[in-house]
Amino acid sequence: MKLLTHNMLTSHVKGVTKGYPLIIKATEVKVNELEFNAQFVSRMIPKLEWSALIQAAEWLGQSQDLPSALIPDYENDEEFLRKVHRILLEVEVIEGCLQCPESGREFPISKGVPNMLLNEGE
Amino acid sequence: MKLKELESCLQQVDGFEEPKILLEQYLTSPHIAGCMLYTIHNTFDDIQHKLVADLGCGCGVLSIGAAVLDAGLCVGFDIDEDALDIFKGNVEDFELSNIDMVQCDVCSIGSSFAKKFDTVIMNPPFGTKHNQGKSHLCCCFLKTAISMANTAVYSLHKTSTRDHIQKKANDWKMKMEVIAELRYDLPASYKFHKKKSVDIQVDFIRFTPT
Repeated sequence: MKLLTHNMLTSHVKGVTKGYPLIIKATEVKVNELEFNAQFVSRMIPKLEWSALIQAAEWLGQSQDLPSALIPDYENDEEFLRKVHRILLEVEVIEGCLQCPESGREFPISKGVPNMLLNEGE
Repeated sequence: MKLKELESCLQQVDGFEEPKILLEQYLTSPHIAGCMLYTIHNTFDDIQHKLVADLGCGCGVLSIGAAVLDAGLCVGFDIDEDALDIFKGNVEDFELSNIDMVQCDVCSIGSSFAKKFDTVIMNPPFGTKHNQGKSHLCCCFLKTAISMANTAVYSLHKTSTRDHIQKKANDWKMKMEVIAELRYDLPASYKFHKKKSVDIQVDFIRFTPT
């Protein structure tokens, strides 16, 4: 599971009003290289919940020197974009789970795939 | 990449070992997948450097194709763990890193992905006599797809349901364009099929916000 995907995932457990962001508890993390494309990263940034991304990076011990708030004119800052590229697309959670911040319900991540299926009645 | 090259590339994608009837599992043929992706990429430029979602991805033919065509990232969504395992194997064989996947029920993921994806591509279940309770499965997939896509949704639907889909598109304020009519040759992958293959006429449709 990449962090770009994690940034979009929420918990739909019954009764939960804000199941976001899902807390990441990782037991295995990998970094897989992916070709950098400045335009793509630049376009993804406005779609992100930036604070959730920073938090996710922290949970994985990967926050390095990402700013806690977006810098202005980031589209032209290649160094910044490369850092974002790495955290969004190259860092992957292979094993662990995602926890709903409100209900505590855990969604397992196995072989890189988060399982968001709910049981009947949830 | 030429269409023939894309098709031959997609022929390497492994399919279902034991397809599940209730989930309507079958591999989108390399020819159909190739035609779809080639058009989406060359005519509409909706794949390269874009964030793409593949709903009901199964073994991942459409996602693999999108990744090969240089999608920024393609995320596959499917309910079945076995299918996703095969998908993962395919991703490894192709050595692709611009793919991710989520196990979930496409009909219940609601609005968490609202407008987050540039493009949604899918070959949704059509709803057959075996899952009658879900005969409008393709509509619920379509509804989710529309909520997730910023630019366009590309989907296959039975030609016989065209009017019904058009009505839904109107209700959801979407413009519907039938890009092509394709003949779908479903191999007799299920034991109960009497004929060798089942021919279905499908529309390849593009939905965009009005």
